[in-house]
Amino acid sequence: MGIYLPIAEISVNVFVLLAMGAAVGFLSGMFGVGGGFLITPLLIFYNIPPAIAVATGANQVIASSVSGVLSHMKRGTLDFKLGGVLLAGGIIGSTAGIYVFAFLRRLGQLDLFISLLYVVLLGTVGGLMLVESINALRATRSGAAPVLKKSGQHNWIHRLPLKMRFRASKLFVSVIPVLGLGAGIGFLSSIMGVGGGFIMVPALIYLLKVPTNVVIGTSLFQIIFTSAYTTLVHATTNQTVDVVLAFLLMAGGVAGAQYGAKAGQRLRGEQLRALLALLVLAVAIRLAIDLFVTPPNLYSLSSAGLN
Amino acid sequence: MAGPKAFAAAILLPLLATGAPAKAQTPLTEGIQIGLSTDNVSITAGFSGADLTIFGSLENPDPLVARQGRYDVIVVLEGPPKPVVVRRKDRVLGVWVNLDSETFENVPVSYSVATTRPLQDITEPNSYKQLSLGASNLYMQPADAGDSPATIEEFTAALRERKGAAGLYSENVGGVQFLSQNLFRATVRLAPNVPVGTHKARAFLFKSGLFIKESSAQLEIRKSGFEQSIFRVAHDYSFLYGVFAISLAMLTGWLGRLIFRKD
Repeated sequence: MGIYLPIAEISVNVFVLLAMGAAVGFLSGMFGVGGGFLITPLLIFYNIPPAIAVATGANQVIASSVSGVLSHMKRGTLDFKLGGVLLAGGIIGSTAGIYVFAFLRRLGQLDLFISLLYVVLLGTVGGLMLVESINALRATRSGAAPVLKKSGQHNWIHRLPLKMRFRASKLFVSVIPVLGLGAGIGFLSSIMGVGGGFIMVPALIYLLKVPTNVVIGTSLFQIIFTSAYTTLVHATTNQTVDVVLAFLLMAGGVAGAQYGAKAGQRLRGEQLRALLALLVLAVAIRLAIDLFVTPPNLYSLSSAGLN
Repeated sequence: MAGPKAFAAAILLPLLATGAPAKAQTPLTEGIQIGLSTDNVSITAGFSGADLTIFGSLENPDPLVARQGRYDVIVVLEGPPKPVVVRRKDRVLGVWVNLDSETFENVPVSYSVATTRPLQDITEPNSYKQLSLGASNLYMQPADAGDSPATIEEFTAALRERKGAAGLYSENVGGVQFLSQNLFRATVRLAPNVPVGTHKARAFLFKSGLFIKESSAQLEIRKSGFEQSIFRVAHDYSFLYGVFAISLAMLTGWLGRLIFRKD
């Protein structure tokens, strides 16, 4: 069944979009990522103009994150205090990011920059997570007691001042790296049009040593607000948020997210991390191929008004 | 919802009256008329392209020429002109990067042609050029005329090729059919991504390969009620629209949790 999208100005298939939303929602519920890094490339592959894909992707991420956060709240795997501090940093970061976005767009190389950023970030994050989780899996299998958080072994981050206690995360850490992490992710997410979960999750686990189960709920909580902010900015400056498109993706997404969260509970932390790493790497490789393989068409058209 | 599949249009000018007395004198010059039954087409939620039918008539056709099939009609539906940037990717350190670009002014967003016969059978390439008729003869005005002609030519060709691939520039050979000696029907294709705005329908009459006359009519393509409202709100009240989009997302997330909860 076809439907005409009022902002994107093209006809699309309703079921393709619902399925796309459901698949991404499932993964987002399972891994605690908003799914922006999946939905945006998928929409672009489906011929939605990139500017609309980015803005609408951010909008749909809100829905799946709300849905996911609610189930984490029920299980108590959400650290509001940690999420709040991350969010404060995130707002500062994304405000800065929006100016950089506008600047890159004027230069006319925004698409390339976004792709490179995706490939580098997803590749690095995915690669590191994969190596770590495989080591963890191997250690478990060889019978050795799983070396969880070596709580005695603190890195430089834990020597910074302005310490704050995050009870739900069993964490006593300086607010500086937390704010900085929030700001850095806010910055990247406004440029890349994603919630930033795929960076947030590993950063909380590996840099701040937050327990994996708390990380997912907290990351989703933070993503709700970062994507809401991104959506609002895109809606007011570029008019590129397509609510019809977003709603179709959301409808599939929220259903998928609940099933995903359930499936995620059955997996152990390191298994979950290994799978997320593989997913992240797969997207990175797919995008890298596009950068290096000769495109079927060297020429592209764009309306002159946009740049 | 099924989109409107065909928009029948008719202005039939019965021109049979001039009749016998005129026959002996110098033949009257032929003319052409087209008309649209509607001057606007609405794109609804189910729109997936459509065929637009345009009816038209010849004035004072020479019955002999008509019988021999030496009248040809070309009907064009041209979308609103817009500036377009054509970019070319080149390899830099193994990565494909948009390097060169060329901006063209006033490029018709869409251009659908319907003809009685293949274009090359109707008249000489030169007359098409003079009339600026057919996608390959449209003059694309480069914004920066200082670029080398070879570059401009290359990007112009790429522009036509991309528009054709997107279904926006199309050709329907045999899309114009004579229903009688002076009545014809043209079917032009509206692509699913047909741009909104004022489109111009033009009909060209040829007699034995010679251009005789042209006639035109205007057609407004717009989004219908719901789509149009969303588009307008998104542009006129963008902040409220953004807030609405966020609220809708939060509500959907919450409802989804209520309906699909698995724990």
